[in-house]
Amino acid sequence: MIALSGVEVESGPFRLSGISFEVAAGEYAILMGRTGTGKSTLLEAVCGLRRVTKGTIRLGDRDVTSLDPAERNVGYVPQDLALFPTMTVRRHLEFAPRIRRFPRSRVVAKVEELSELLGIGPLLDRRVHRLSGGERQRVALGRALAFEPSVLLLDEPLSALDESTRNAMQRLLQRVRERTGVTTLHVTHSQAEADALGTTVLRLEEGAVHVVKGGAADAASE
Amino acid sequence: MSPASRPSSFWPVFVSVTLAYLAFVLVLLGVMAGHSSPADLWAAMQSREIQHAVVLSFGTCTLAALLSLVVAIPAGYLLARGRHPVLQLVEAMLDIPIVLPPMVVGLALLIFFQSTLGRAVESLGARFTYTVAGIVLAQWVIGTAFATRTLRGTFGHLSSRPEQVARTLGCSPWGAFLRIALPSALRGVVAGGSVAWARGLGEFGPILVFAGAMRMRTEVLPTTVWLELSVGNLDAAVAVSILLVATAFVVLVLVRFLGVQVVS
Repeated sequence: MIALSGVEVESGPFRLSGISFEVAAGEYAILMGRTGTGKSTLLEAVCGLRRVTKGTIRLGDRDVTSLDPAERNVGYVPQDLALFPTMTVRRHLEFAPRIRRFPRSRVVAKVEELSELLGIGPLLDRRVHRLSGGERQRVALGRALAFEPSVLLLDEPLSALDESTRNAMQRLLQRVRERTGVTTLHVTHSQAEADALGTTVLRLEEGAVHVVKGGAADAASE
Repeated sequence: MSPASRPSSFWPVFVSVTLAYLAFVLVLLGVMAGHSSPADLWAAMQSREIQHAVVLSFGTCTLAALLSLVVAIPAGYLLARGRHPVLQLVEAMLDIPIVLPPMVVGLALLIFFQSTLGRAVESLGARFTYTVAGIVLAQWVIGTAFATRTLRGTFGHLSSRPEQVARTLGCSPWGAFLRIALPSALRGVVAGGSVAWARGLGEFGPILVFAGAMRMRTEVLPTTVWLELSVGNLDAAVAVSILLVATAFVVLVLVRFLGVQVVS
């Protein structure tokens, strides 16, 4: 579950305040809104990369508002993917499980499971700068899922892809959702993505989050 | 003639300017090489004083370059990533050793170690004035400023986003720096170390003032050139200069090449 209550975030002169919404456990929520309304800023606040000046963020039964990003158990795929330039695909998938001291056998099993799920098995020993856009997206997704996070945040994950790759990635995200059941918040401009993937659709407009489809009824601006 | 096929003066001008400068440098080196011979070089290398200076030069500038990186890596990262307005002032101040005449750096070191604080430092057991440690210190002061400038540029060109994502994956700030930022900056670390090393190898003024020019004690290769010139031994001075240029060139090309191999 993702629950924001009266959240205020500042980013230079830009400010979002009184943001409240809730995504129930296991839901796939789509967050839409015009460019510059603060969708990415909200995702960064949820994963702990941007300081919240007011309000609370709860993930599951934990108040994570003041927790370090490392302690939030959130998988995050930023718009620019931010892959690690010196690492192979395999090292990306192993990164979080190793940091979190998973036993070696579990790390190996996780890499095998994700490479099969995401179709990146043949790429495991390649460096990321040799990958196509769609392959890079799948690696970023695998890296974010590898430590079995309770929440997955996707910032316009399909925006830079051509149409056929986008359709394939959309099917992949559906498969990931069915397989993992992870609570997901996916930022996009695409109505087609919202229709295909979202069990809940939210819209950030004029500083408030409105429920467009499904979801908890209490999403509102304070 | 279409605009695409019309000859442009753009690239020829840039190529000409670059080649003219390179040609001038090569002419200078060529003239110097023409003034010497393999026999002069061999004779110079047989001198115990010069052999000592070679070992001391390469040893001190390598140690100084490594010590420069110990400061330049965190300082470069801080200047590139820090947002506090005071960092602009800090950055300008860190350039002071670059803009100061090298001789003045030596003079400042000499005066510092005659002050109460400097004497207190030396009373702890580490002697710097007129010692080999003083050579390393003089090379380090200037080399660090150059390495910091290089590393600041390197970290400035690297996106901080991968480090931020590493934080969400479970890394501490130290973990994100050591696992993501530093490996990504390896090429810059090699470049910064090379710049500091090359500056150290060519350092003369501060070493002369602060460490002296004592044969078989604090004599480095640039000091040798000066000592040989001062006694009118032009052949030996030229031979040592050629040795200095050739070894520095080979080592720098090697380090750059190996650096590229490591990071690509």
